[in-house]
Amino acid sequence: MRKLASLFAATALTSVSAQAADLEVTHWWTSGGEAAAVAKFAEAFNASTDNTWVDGAIAGSGGTARPIIVSRIIGGDPMGAFQFNHGRQAEELIEAGLLRDMTAVAEAEGWTDIVNPPSLLDACTVDGKIYCAPVNIHSWQWLWLSNGAFEKAGLEVPTTWDEFVAAGPALREAGIQPLALGGQPWQSSGLFNVLIVALAGPDVLKSVYGDHDTDLAAGEEMARVFKAAADAREMAEGSAVQDWNQATNMVITDTAGGQVMGDWAQGEFAVAGETAGEDYSCLPGLGVNEVISTGGDAFYFPVVDDPEITAAQDELAKVLLSPETQVSFNLAKGSLPIRGDVNLDTANDCMKKGLEILAAGKTLPDVNMLNTEDTNNQLNDLFVEFFNDKSITPEAAQERFVSIIENAD
Amino acid sequence: MDTTGRPNPLFRNLSAKIAAIPMILTALVIFVGGTAWTVIYSFTSSKLLPKKLFEWTDVINIGDWSLSIPTGIVWKSFVGLQQYERLWNTNRWMVSIENLFIYGLCSLVLSFIIGFVLAALLDQKIRFENTFRTIILYPFALSFIVTGLVWQWLLNPDFGIQSVIRGMGFVGFTFDPLYSADIVIYGVLIAGLWQGTGLIMVLMLAGLRGIDQEIWKAARVDGIPAWKTYLFIVIPMMRPVFITTLVIIASGIVRIYDLIVAQTSGGPGISSEVPAKYVYDYMFQGQNLGQGFAASTMMLLAVAIVVIPWAYLEFGSRKRG
Amino acid sequence: MTLSTAIAGADAVASRLKGPQGPKPRKRFSRRNIFIYGTLIVVALYYALPLYVMIVTSLKGMPEIRLGNIFAPPVEITFEPWVKAWSEACTGLNCEGLSRGFWNSVRITVPSVFLSIAIASVNGYALANWKFKGAEAFFTILIFGAFIPYQVMLYPIVIILREIGLYGTLWGLVLVHSIFGMPILTLLFRNYFTSLPEELFKAARVDGARFWGIYFRIMLPMSLPIFVVAMIIQVTGIWNDFLFGVVYTKPDTYPMTVQLNNIVNSVQGVKEYNVNMAATILTGLVPLTIYFVSGKLFVRGIAAGAVKG
Repeated sequence: MRKLASLFAATALTSVSAQAADLEVTHWWTSGGEAAAVAKFAEAFNASTDNTWVDGAIAGSGGTARPIIVSRIIGGDPMGAFQFNHGRQAEELIEAGLLRDMTAVAEAEGWTDIVNPPSLLDACTVDGKIYCAPVNIHSWQWLWLSNGAFEKAGLEVPTTWDEFVAAGPALREAGIQPLALGGQPWQSSGLFNVLIVALAGPDVLKSVYGDHDTDLAAGEEMARVFKAAADAREMAEGSAVQDWNQATNMVITDTAGGQVMGDWAQGEFAVAGETAGEDYSCLPGLGVNEVISTGGDAFYFPVVDDPEITAAQDELAKVLLSPETQVSFNLAKGSLPIRGDVNLDTANDCMKKGLEILAAGKTLPDVNMLNTEDTNNQLNDLFVEFFNDKSITPEAAQERFVSIIENAD
Repeated sequence: MDTTGRPNPLFRNLSAKIAAIPMILTALVIFVGGTAWTVIYSFTSSKLLPKKLFEWTDVINIGDWSLSIPTGIVWKSFVGLQQYERLWNTNRWMVSIENLFIYGLCSLVLSFIIGFVLAALLDQKIRFENTFRTIILYPFALSFIVTGLVWQWLLNPDFGIQSVIRGMGFVGFTFDPLYSADIVIYGVLIAGLWQGTGLIMVLMLAGLRGIDQEIWKAARVDGIPAWKTYLFIVIPMMRPVFITTLVIIASGIVRIYDLIVAQTSGGPGISSEVPAKYVYDYMFQGQNLGQGFAASTMMLLAVAIVVIPWAYLEFGSRKRG
Repeated sequence: MTLSTAIAGADAVASRLKGPQGPKPRKRFSRRNIFIYGTLIVVALYYALPLYVMIVTSLKGMPEIRLGNIFAPPVEITFEPWVKAWSEACTGLNCEGLSRGFWNSVRITVPSVFLSIAIASVNGYALANWKFKGAEAFFTILIFGAFIPYQVMLYPIVIILREIGLYGTLWGLVLVHSIFGMPILTLLFRNYFTSLPEELFKAARVDGARFWGIYFRIMLPMSLPIFVVAMIIQVTGIWNDFLFGVVYTKPDTYPMTVQLNNIVNSVQGVKEYNVNMAATILTGLVPLTIYFVSGKLFVRGIAAGAVKG
């Protein structure tokens, strides 16, 4: 009798695993390019497995999505998978045992061999177990310059940050906003972090944020970065825009000289029909220190009771990293693929520069992987204030910066 | 006791007590319980998730029944007043409080005046009352997100009101409240009043319609001018409605969040930040629940100090009204 | 006065369309009328201006918006943004626009508005007319609750809903809306009932009417304007709610505001102001319609004569 029952259970189980499941996926990719990119995932998932992708898109970034994701997980009714910027954001969910260990899938698929740079997989790894599937690489260290704006002002297009700063007054005289900077706090702290990497070097960033080296944070090298930030503040004065893409639009329309922004800005240039090298130039690492950070997006998989969902989660993880989806997804998203063994011939000039730097291994971890969101938020508050209030001296800002680093965990 | 002659005071007024059960449950479970939960967690280092508060230790297992009795307790995750110290050392929090005071005071006074005057005007047996009322009220149908978006647009110096007036020949005209740190909060105020005064007007109108017609007749017979009737007879009679309005406006002010996010995102810099945004940003953006809860506890403490004694006096002592 | 006359009085109030009170108007073009209408027209312009901008913008194409003056009427009228907002705008993979969440919003709003107003009006009535010991303490807590930022309560409520087995269901969301509507609405009704002439209630008591009898036959018909105000507050609040709708339900029951948020708040890509505006107006249409339709109920007022019989 017992044997029969177990046999019954076994057949039930096999029939279950072969059955299709609806997998709800929560993400915040809702703009045109992003939605097109995520559609590649859904198509591949629906086509290559029996499961169905149920889309739970919520616009508005992590601040909006996080309460939804956490509530659903605490409420005992989690989604099948969700997108996070990988790094330290999911640490606690992993510690609390709420996310699935995907090591088995990763091993079967050989992720450790294919994911490049390996730091991406490290960001997914806690205590030797892999908890997320990285899907793309986004880098922050880019200066986008409007060729038209410099032409109008009768200047050469700069090739380094210093040349750009030197061109500031002439641009202003020609009625051009030298540096476009949106009002959203993360843009200010992002700009500052890029200045650290370009002017003080990646190692300083790693030590200050990763090891909380307060001596370094208070030191001479960082003081130089703060002086540069004050220059940037001078140049950004008067750019009355809010969203980052409105700032990018100023570069596109030649009303601003340049903008420091991540590689996602490329999507804006593409939509406006601009060509890299002709209409705009890009300087990775501000033309000073050609390195790029390797942040990006990753998918996490909550623990669920339903074996059908679990099976579907495994299959989704495989699909996300497969070579075909990596190419189609990243071309649509404007980001770099997480595996070096795929071919991106159609990439534009700037994207190719990025790929070269990546291939040369001149990368550094993203700030999200070093800092907690709490620290990032405090930095946002500090720098958005600094960049908008000229009465704050670089020295005073550095003092506050050191105290944030001191208390970071 | 005035219940003499009744068998059990508990059953006196029973229907009213049964009817009030949802209210009692909400008050105790959600508001008291939820607030207590928040306050407790404000003393912890909770980040993304509420942390475990304690653990049982020295569990005694009895026999085979897997019956375990905990004999000790270890408190975990508590960090004392650390979150509060950090809060009060944060520049942004200070700016937020200052903004809330300015916005709150202006919003309260102006909402009352505008709302009442409009209601009184609409109550003059005018034609097209329905049309006027709907025009004044319609902004309330739009969420704060949308309100913020529209006013951000109208106040944008490059293509909003400023550029239009400059285009008319007044080249020196400057009106860009959202881009100057000193007056940005008034730019938010313009949008907030636009959205909210319609409801206040309607509330006042409902209150005016609840006034006995005899009062007006009597006042007219006595030859009292209309403005005096309003000021000395009608307004005192509308006191309960004013109290309602006061609470609606004040609670809206304390919780103001979406409008700021949509209109200024707290900018320029941090010059239009408000406390509720601080709470939200640190809870969900910064993944520091403890810090967010500490900020919300300070907000609620301030509210409690003002509201609870006042509400108790207002609603407790008097028999009716 | 007997109960029957009291009820007849109340019914008469309810059935007769009484005009507004206020001082009696005089001649048509008196200085007073010019002042009243003049002020109202100026005020109406201030309130209507943003709507005008929204409508005009929603009828323009994007190139025209980028170039021009926001107050200028469209050179070339296009309904494309409206079509897009309603049925084509994409939320992630679902390109069905706002239409996708419309019925969900209705399914959430109708029971929530009904339940919250029912509970709160009975609460207010009990507090105003049937005071019991301790009532004011609970009421004070409720008022305090009106000041709690919603976001702070998200997680405790998740836990409560999970424990009573309503997490992720439509009824869980209805419950949440009823709870958060309760402080303001209870206050609204309590204070309105308190300001009604007391004689009415006393006469009914003398005639032996009970709790529910008085509520349904006297209080309800006497209080239409305040029920309209309550409805305005609730329909608007619940229809426009985004946070609760998205946190306490699942994608197949997401309200329309989730799509609106996705259209308006898309962080990347070019902002389509015309579609934003069209989507905004479309989402606001339901509350707007309710305001306009229910406006008639406002015209009634308390007629003392009917009460005193």
